[in-house]
Amino acid sequence: MTDITYVRPSLVEARPAPRSTTGVLAWLQKNLFATPTDAVLTLFGALFLLWAVPPLVNFVFINAVGINGTVEECRVETAGACWAYVWSEMEFFIYGFYDMSELWRPNIVFALGAALLIPLLIPKVPFKRTNALLLLIVFPVISYYLLAGGVFGLKPMPTEKWGGLLVTLIISAVGIIVSFPLGIILALGRQSKMPVIKMLCIGFIELVRAVPLITILFMASIMLPLFMPQGTTVDKLLRALVGVTLFSAAYVAEIVRGGLQAIPRGQYEAAASLGLSYWKQMYFIILPQALKHVIPGIVNNAIALFKDTSLVYIVGMKDLLEAVKTKNDTALEWQSGNTATTGYLFAAAVFWMFCFSMSRYSMFMERRLNTGYKR
Amino acid sequence: MSQVSETIVEREIDTSHMQVSKTEVAIDVINMHKWYGDFHVLRDINLRVMKGERIVIAGPSGSGKSTLIRCINRLEEHQEGQIIVNGTELTADLKRIDEVRREVGMVFQHFNLFPHLTILQNLTLAPIWVRGIPKAEAEATAMHYLERVKIPEQANKFPGQLSGGQQQRVAIARSLCMQPRIMLFDEPTSALDPEMVKEVLEVMISLAEEGMTMICVTHEMGFARQVANRVIFMDQGQIIEQNEPEEFFSNPQHERTKLFLSQILH
Amino acid sequence: MTTREMGHDAAPRVSFFNDPVIRGIIYQVVVAVILIGFIFWIVGNTAANLAAQNKTNGFDFLWKTAGFDISFALLPWSRASYYWEALLVGITNTLLVAFIGIVFATMLGFTIGVARLSSNFIVARLAAVYIETIRNIPLLLQLFFWYFAVLKTMPAVRQSIALPFDSFINQRGIMVPRPTPDQEFGWVMVAIVVALIVAGVIGGWAARIRTRTGRYPVQIVWPGKLADAVVTFLVAFVALVVLLGVVFPIASFVPVSAIVAAAVALGSLTRYAAIAKAALTFFVAFVLCNALLGFMFSWVPSLMVSLISALIALVLGQVVYSNTANRPPSDARFPLALLVLIIVGVPALVYWLTGATLAFEVPVLERFNFKGGLQLPPEFVALAFGLTIYTASFIAETVRAGIQAVNRGQTEAAQSLGLKDGDRLRLVIVPQAMRVIIPPLTSQYLNLTKNSSLGAAIGYPELFNVFGGTSISQSGRAIECMAIIMVVYLTFSLITSAIMNWYNARVRLVER
Ligand SMILES: Nc1ncnc2c1ncn2[C@@H]1O[C@H](COP(=O)(O)OP(=O)(O)OP(=O)(O)O)[C@@H](O)[C@H]1O
Ligand SMILES: [Mg+2]
Repeated sequence: MTDITYVRPSLVEARPAPRSTTGVLAWLQKNLFATPTDAVLTLFGALFLLWAVPPLVNFVFINAVGINGTVEECRVETAGACWAYVWSEMEFFIYGFYDMSELWRPNIVFALGAALLIPLLIPKVPFKRTNALLLLIVFPVISYYLLAGGVFGLKPMPTEKWGGLLVTLIISAVGIIVSFPLGIILALGRQSKMPVIKMLCIGFIELVRAVPLITILFMASIMLPLFMPQGTTVDKLLRALVGVTLFSAAYVAEIVRGGLQAIPRGQYEAAASLGLSYWKQMYFIILPQALKHVIPGIVNNAIALFKDTSLVYIVGMKDLLEAVKTKNDTALEWQSGNTATTGYLFAAAVFWMFCFSMSRYSMFMERRLNTGYKR
Repeated sequence: MSQVSETIVEREIDTSHMQVSKTEVAIDVINMHKWYGDFHVLRDINLRVMKGERIVIAGPSGSGKSTLIRCINRLEEHQEGQIIVNGTELTADLKRIDEVRREVGMVFQHFNLFPHLTILQNLTLAPIWVRGIPKAEAEATAMHYLERVKIPEQANKFPGQLSGGQQQRVAIARSLCMQPRIMLFDEPTSALDPEMVKEVLEVMISLAEEGMTMICVTHEMGFARQVANRVIFMDQGQIIEQNEPEEFFSNPQHERTKLFLSQILH
Repeated sequence: MTTREMGHDAAPRVSFFNDPVIRGIIYQVVVAVILIGFIFWIVGNTAANLAAQNKTNGFDFLWKTAGFDISFALLPWSRASYYWEALLVGITNTLLVAFIGIVFATMLGFTIGVARLSSNFIVARLAAVYIETIRNIPLLLQLFFWYFAVLKTMPAVRQSIALPFDSFINQRGIMVPRPTPDQEFGWVMVAIVVALIVAGVIGGWAARIRTRTGRYPVQIVWPGKLADAVVTFLVAFVALVVLLGVVFPIASFVPVSAIVAAAVALGSLTRYAAIAKAALTFFVAFVLCNALLGFMFSWVPSLMVSLISALIALVLGQVVYSNTANRPPSDARFPLALLVLIIVGVPALVYWLTGATLAFEVPVLERFNFKGGLQLPPEFVALAFGLTIYTASFIAETVRAGIQAVNRGQTEAAQSLGLKDGDRLRLVIVPQAMRVIIPPLTSQYLNLTKNSSLGAAIGYPELFNVFGGTSISQSGRAIECMAIIMVVYLTFSLITSAIMNWYNARVRLVER
């Protein structure tokens, strides 16, 4: 035995960290005042909040005119947001010119959609397949007849009367759902070994991705009628739907292609070696894996599309943004200094809620599927 | 207890330069404690490393070995006690940290080479920008060390083009280019295939033969036996036992040490 | 049982239709035929529709007089201009707003992306709130907000709000002074370019010598020190004049400022440099903080504002003091001040020597409108502002992802080699992060350019508005105009992706 020999006689018990490294003070020290520069940044941040938040809170809440207020109150110099205006125009913002007496129809559609969508989004709820079929096939059919009417004694309701949030939701839902299979087909086509099909898909995808959505919407709304045989009229909503869907399909195709490329070659070879036909290989082996990888990308695309539906305003469709803008400009009985701001604030809040919840859901799925980017 | 029979190199190890100084302290860790949040990860660590010592730290996973050597060049900060490296005590003072880091080289499990730079640039980066050494001189030094680790022909390749063993040897050479007085190794071979392990250990042994002060966290018990003059066993964030390798392997004292050795030596 | 030879001719025979090659060909022919048929059908329909509406087609209209007004054009434009000129005006307007948006969105986006990763809780949270708010609201809505709710509700011309530097804001946009350089000022422009080049060359040379010999050359170090003193003097002088003039107005503040500034500058050459630099920082930070906080909190007593500013300036001064005290010797420091002095000083000298004048034509309120000055229409301001704010949130996310993509081990390795934080970022982290950031960043630039087409909705005459809106309604050539617009955007996109491919091939990390 030499002098370096050492055996610990008894183990040291763990003890709590010294007060200086845990607790509120240590947290503050670490996150706000770690260095003098940090302290200055913190001070600036705090001053900025002090400067920005009170006026904002004042505007939105404290000085705001509540939903039961009057336009006179809104016109007072010091008044904040005019929520009374938003409240009184709420029906227009949600349904557009849809007949007042028939609002139960879109309401049923909303309720049914939510009832079918929510269980589909919760991973634990069973019967996913039935649920999806109901949502993607039965629900659209029912919704269409409910909204448009003309059958079962329902009053016909032309799409020109639809508007507001209803149209925003319809366009984005249809765009998101229909562009998905289209995008998959385009992605597969782009990977195809057949030159004609491959070139067609590449051309379509790249062209659509290169131009702004409004050119596509413009094509769909102004040019589509030109392309049709004389005398055919295409419903305006349908034109917008076609434009949005084709646009989104090109983006979905690129996302799906990313997923397809992420699948190891071995999977393709294994699938082929089983003797499955091309479509069976894709359906049973490749796509299920690829699509799992791309869920976050698809949701991000859905968010982008949801925001982009607001562009239909430019080709004269009546969506939520159009409804708000119209009322801002024309509701003379509500004219006041803050009317427009309040209207846009409301629209922004609605869009934000939908997009933010989609993005949170995407993050949740990403973590669940563990396919996301990890360090 | 079973014997450690595996040897790393067949040749005799040249011990002529492996002298442990009796008076010069390289690293002194005194009553050091560290917490991650509320987790007491290092407890009452006392460790004095003399100049020229070759220390192997062993212990089960999660016992705090990496944390300990990362504290020594302040990649992690400790909360209680002192760490003194070459006479400089580590505190929040950036100047001292820089001073210590210049004297202490570190080799990581995953090499951490800079992928956007060639091997030669990896080796000359710190000498040029930290020590202000002229480029030509830095490159000469770099080539010298590349030759020492036996891969001078790779100088103009990128890290991504090298095998794991080669990358780790480059990483060692990169540290050596700063001419450190102390080298820290954190499981330098555990991400490598067996045949590459040997080439890295060879380099480490030759360093030891030149009298480098080194602390290695490793599971290569053969290396510990042949090269180390002291083996430290850690568990639950504390030093449980330390001894000369011979004694450590043949006659462990603490129950935990016995258990650990019986597991890793079969 | 027979044994079969393995070989080509022994391959199992497939029926004609099951042969994958033949099948493939058949598929393709079918698709091609359907497609061609479809195109013919569309062309036929279109021709019939156009004929029924008595419309002509072809691109000849490009050489016809457009006959409409464009509210904002960089190129000369009148009603007598041709359609192809309208196209050019549209393209230049798109490029103008895209360029401005890209510059500002990049600055804002990088700042916020870095802030998002800050270890400072408040800073990181603020950045996160910005990102999550802005990118979840449609751009068009944001544009409407800026245009209709903010700019259009500005006071009428007669009640314009005066901004600093003779600028005004009102319903009709922002009026800023227009620089009216005279002939000699051309030389100043030349001097600026030359100074930039010279500074770049000197900087590059110094850095090369630094790598080669380990230290910056003496020829640079001494001028560098001198330049540092000069810059210190100038900055301190300006700060002090403002400080004394505004905060403690005493009669002879200009000479006092000059004396103090000179003392600080001289001090920075001695071993009391740290104190001098700290003093300089204090003056500048105090003046800036005081102005900023005074603007933000106009309702707070100015003494209070000054106290807080002084506190901040004091802390910053302390930071600079310790940095300066710990800085490397002068032959190991990059001579930044010298370069700054060259870039600012040479043009200033030329300006003075040639007697050039840079007058500003100030916008003046006349009876009903502003005369003179540069008038930025509200459409342009709203679009540039909206695009900047919106795209910055995406750039910030790109930047964050890029920085996070650099392995933590890289930082640790650099630290363990003793690299200082600045060198570590410059040499190790940024080069790796930029490789990850640049491709998505370019696609954000492209998105911004495409999104500038939303300017059509608020009446900014960009490509789509001019050539898709007005030109179509005037000429009736919808198909031609749309085709041209699409080709223009496609060209932007192809150019960008060509540059990106080249870049990616160049910087791709070499892997086995
Ligand atoms: N950054 C961190 N934050 C919180 N806990 C950590 C952190 N790093 C390590 N730990 C914990 O500290 C303990 C010691 O970790 P350390 O990496 O030092 O172990 P080790 O002995 O090196 O193990 P291995 O042999 O697996 O490398 C472990 O329980 C680990 O989970
Ligand atoms: Mg470890």
